Amino acid sequence: MQSIYEKPKMLIDTATHFCPGCGHGIVMRLIAEIIDEWGIRDKTIGLAPVGCAVLAYNYLDIDMCEAAHGRPPAVATGIKRVHPDRVVFAYQGDGDLAAIGMAEIIHTANRAENITFIFVNNAIYGMTNGQMAPTTLLMQKTATTPSGRDPINYGYPIRICELLAVLEGSSYLERVSVSSPENVRKTKKALEKGFRTQTEKKGFSLIEILSPCPIYWRMDANESMKYIDEEMSSAFPLGVVKDWEN
Amino acid sequence: MKQLLTGNEAAAEAAIQAGCRYYYGYPITPQNELINYMSVRMPQVGGTFIQAESEIAAINMVYGSAAAGGRAMTSSSSPGISLKQEGISYLAGSELPCVIVNIQRGGPGLGDISASQADYFQAVKGGGHGDYHTIVLAPCSVQEMADLVYDAFDLADKYRNPVMILGDAQIGQLMEPMEFHKKPQKNLPIKNWALTGAAGRKKNVIKSFYPVKGELEEFNAHLQKKYKMIAEHEVRYEAINVNNADIILVAYGTSARICKEVVKKSHRFEFKVGLIRPITLWPFPTDIIRKMSEMVQCILTVEMSAGQMVEDVRLSVEGRCPVHFYGRTGGGVPTSLEIIKKIAEIVPDNRVAHTLLQLTEVK
Ligand SMILES: Cc1ncc(C[n+]2csc(CCOP(=O)(O)OP(=O)(O)O)c2C)c(N)n1
Ligand code: SF4
Ligand SMILES: [Mg+2]
Repeated sequence: MQSIYEKPKMLIDTATHFCPGCGHGIVMRLIAEIIDEWGIRDKTIGLAPVGCAVLAYNYLDIDMCEAAHGRPPAVATGIKRVHPDRVVFAYQGDGDLAAIGMAEIIHTANRAENITFIFVNNAIYGMTNGQMAPTTLLMQKTATTPSGRDPINYGYPIRICELLAVLEGSSYLERVSVSSPENVRKTKKALEKGFRTQTEKKGFSLIEILSPCPIYWRMDANESMKYIDEEMSSAFPLGVVKDWEN
Repeated sequence: MKQLLTGNEAAAEAAIQAGCRYYYGYPITPQNELINYMSVRMPQVGGTFIQAESEIAAINMVYGSAAAGGRAMTSSSSPGISLKQEGISYLAGSELPCVIVNIQRGGPGLGDISASQADYFQAVKGGGHGDYHTIVLAPCSVQEMADLVYDAFDLADKYRNPVMILGDAQIGQLMEPMEFHKKPQKNLPIKNWALTGAAGRKKNVIKSFYPVKGELEEFNAHLQKKYKMIAEHEVRYEAINVNNADIILVAYGTSARICKEVVKKSHRFEFKVGLIRPITLWPFPTDIIRKMSEMVQCILTVEMSAGQMVEDVRLSVEGRCPVHFYGRTGGGVPTSLEIIKKIAEIVPDNRVAHTLLQLTEVK
């Protein structure tokens, strides 16, 4: 019997702590698939963020490093400078990357560090029970914007890809989502392009992935996916924002 | 061959000679000679030099390079060290070896750029969150700066622990003749825990998060055991003129240099002044200070602070003899005359006090 779909070898056979319908698990799986298919376990080093994905090192069977909240770009820089021939990637949430770690990501892009960033934008602080993130949509209700995000008090959603695109040091920036099988396939392609940007020494790459947090969006899994397509994707347009090949 | 160097430059060159190939810094006076020196020397030896966007980024780059198995270092001065404290706690929690040079300046806040010893608390008491210790080495000359930087890297690797060199503006910017004499490296443990890509082995994980109940307590017990071992084996101090001393001065770094002068001058006094100069501030030379406290009339701690190390002196003495304090803050440096006057104030014998005061007036 020929199997057509399997658990990637790099994905450790263990229960995850993600909530039902969460997007983190999908992204984790895609990373594992790529490491399997490319056969790069031996030369890959990953960074876990502080956020719901903190336990990534319990799920991926590769060398991994934790970093303080927001600091993965600096820690990844330190690792990559020791091992310039390894594939180094950092996995970050929107609070981690776009709030507390904003300085680190901007300067890491600006130094054109040859590292791949996987930026999971779920427009919320999942780990700390659903507060506003820098990417929270206007009028979106969160634990700290109970009547919706009003720009007068809370500012506007930050579009990270567009922000980094103005820096000469960034090479590949794309926004994708995990809202449908088709979009998941596109996300995998984007991740592969990110890794290839690094293996071909083209510099800084970041893939922003719109991802559901059904728990703190107060929606079921299907509604969450619809919310990504109908609301989130208009505030954060999908597509390639910057590409060294084009 | 003797060279004339500042303490900052000596620290940088010693780090290079100790095999440090990853340096991350952010400019701040009075440590600028160090970062400037590194920007020239690191490329010459094929190492990495990054002027980071902040002290926070710099210490986290150190974290990354240490996790990847490299010898990494950062340097700064007091306000920058405050920013690094989060990273230092994570380094301690992930058991990563590295060296942090702190060329202290006055505080609190922006303070000033002159010499100070007001970072004793944040260096020795942890500074960041959690039950951890940084090994803290305090040089009192340019020569000792270089010697201790070599040792700092070895200690860091031996115990998988961050090591801080605690200097001050005086030690950092003073020029003195010195010589580099790196001894051959002792047998240090292999870094089989480092992140290199998991070729032919199980994955390695560097982390400090222990969410499963009981695991963190177990990990902390392991850390405490390690700290106990460090305290048993690594205490260093210099003792001058302590046999049959009537009074003992306790001071480190720049303050200790001045106290050495007082000890020299004291040959003219009618009673004997000794000095204990802690070289490791953590682990603290508790035993020798306790031993001295049973033999002397009193102890005087001298610092360029409002009184920080004196707390550890008192904890060591546990009431066996009076412990006095003389300190200057905000760029003030104690003079030997000020210290002698203070001694006159605290010696129990009036006759001795009188002669001491006369001595200070003659000067
Ligand atoms: C210095 C610091 N501040 C705050 C926290 C608490 N904290 C943990 S995760 C988090 C936000 C996570 O949000 P995000 O990065 O969007 O990740 P998500 O959980 O949504 O995937 C915060 C504020 C922390 N661990 N450290
Ligand atoms: S809180 Fe949200 S982001 Fe976190 S695991 Fe649950 S669904 Fe996922
Ligand atoms: Mg989030």
